[in-house]
Amino acid sequence: MAKTVLPFGPQHPVLPEPLHLTLTIEDEIVKEAIPKLGYVHRGLEKLAEIRDHNQMIYIVERVCGICSCLHALCYCQGIESLMGLEVPSRAKYLRTIWSEMHRIHSHLLWLGLFADAFGFESLFMQFWRIRERVMDLQEETAGNRVILSVNQVGGVRRDISAESAQWILDTLKTVEKETLQLKSTILDDYTVKLRTVGKGVLTKEKAYELGAAGPTLRASGIAQDMRQTGYAAYSELDFAPVVETDGDCYARTTVRFNEIFQAIDLIRQAFSKLPEGELAVKPKGLPTGEVVSRVEQPRGECLYYIRGAGKKFLERVRIRTPTFANIPPLLDMLPGCDLADVPVLILTIDPCISCTER
Amino acid sequence: MIDSAVVINEENTAEVRPDEVITLSRELKDEGFRFVTMSSAELEESICVLYHFDKDLELRNLKVDVPKGSKIGSIASVYSCAFLVENEIKEHFGVEFDGIPLDFQGMLYSDEEVQKTPFCNIGIKRV
Repeated sequence: MAKTVLPFGPQHPVLPEPLHLTLTIEDEIVKEAIPKLGYVHRGLEKLAEIRDHNQMIYIVERVCGICSCLHALCYCQGIESLMGLEVPSRAKYLRTIWSEMHRIHSHLLWLGLFADAFGFESLFMQFWRIRERVMDLQEETAGNRVILSVNQVGGVRRDISAESAQWILDTLKTVEKETLQLKSTILDDYTVKLRTVGKGVLTKEKAYELGAAGPTLRASGIAQDMRQTGYAAYSELDFAPVVETDGDCYARTTVRFNEIFQAIDLIRQAFSKLPEGELAVKPKGLPTGEVVSRVEQPRGECLYYIRGAGKKFLERVRIRTPTFANIPPLLDMLPGCDLADVPVLILTIDPCISCTER
Repeated sequence: MIDSAVVINEENTAEVRPDEVITLSRELKDEGFRFVTMSSAELEESICVLYHFDKDLELRNLKVDVPKGSKIGSIASVYSCAFLVENEIKEHFGVEFDGIPLDFQGMLYSDEEVQKTPFCNIGIKRV
């Protein structure tokens, strides 16, 4: 049969964000996929030339609405390294707590979208109903549901009181119970397995070679997680990366599902060890030098390259988001799959085009 | 504990010539390093291109100064995933990469009517 070239996206019913792929198909089998970015590219990095390094915190938070706190954390961590600042211990724990709240709500959001892609609209609503509880926690502790604005250079801007901490822990108990109730619906369902098991396999070797990140990497059997570096308070918490070995769509779903429980456990550990003390140290001077800062966002490793010359404005802020890293692995997964499986394959890398086209 | 915010210095970064990049990347790959990404920044007369690799979370960098508007070899023959970020740097800074397997001709993000590189102040015109 002759080859057909099919534009997939940027607007597609299954895509929450506008990714554009040009698919070459033959007999409904994908032969080649070529990406095209730029539909929502904003050039936020360029603003570093006209906004000072403190204003940039609020700009990088707006790179993505799902992992805003982690963008700011990654950026602040880099600036703090350049300025030689030691962040107070309490601030490190609070950063960890907010980061893990982000991971829970991001994975619940994704699971909802994933269920919706199968036509499981009720399950989609169930996941998002649970997610709302986490959004309430963020609003209560940060004053905002999405863009938290809690990080500053040298620490955090807000504290969490003992009463709020208790409410968070109680709410997380409910989140854990309700999420567990949905486990069999998403992971043991015949239709879900039919659409995900053995689909879009990314081998361990390919995942490493193609620079995959986050759950996409760990679902292929590689236990790599930037939290292992021990940034924020992770060095004082007990955890091991969630790993699956099959490298297919089902494995990537399982990793994200299990990371929700891991995040709840990390928040519990963080509250049990939360030290008293200052929330921030006052920075002096201006950032000078070059730094590469990395954190583990819900979608994977995020990297910031920051270059300062001791001036008001930074010379360069460069952001490499996890979705950008997961595009080459996606292009490797797609050839050979059925056209009908393309939406599911794309969704399992949890694409965030807002991040990618920062 | 490994630093997650690594200040670039001579311990973690090797300053290399443009013609050494492919060979050194191949050596790093043979040693088991993963390609993380590349970064770039505009200097007065050149573009600073940084290649980031990691192994067991430890970061290693190669730093190259590429004269504005000139060419450097693509490392996509070593790490195939590098093609995407090489296209990004080409589009934003005007650095030409020789031998990119999939060359977007400076149109990965922007459309044909964009004639100048947005991140490089000298505004190199597209070929």
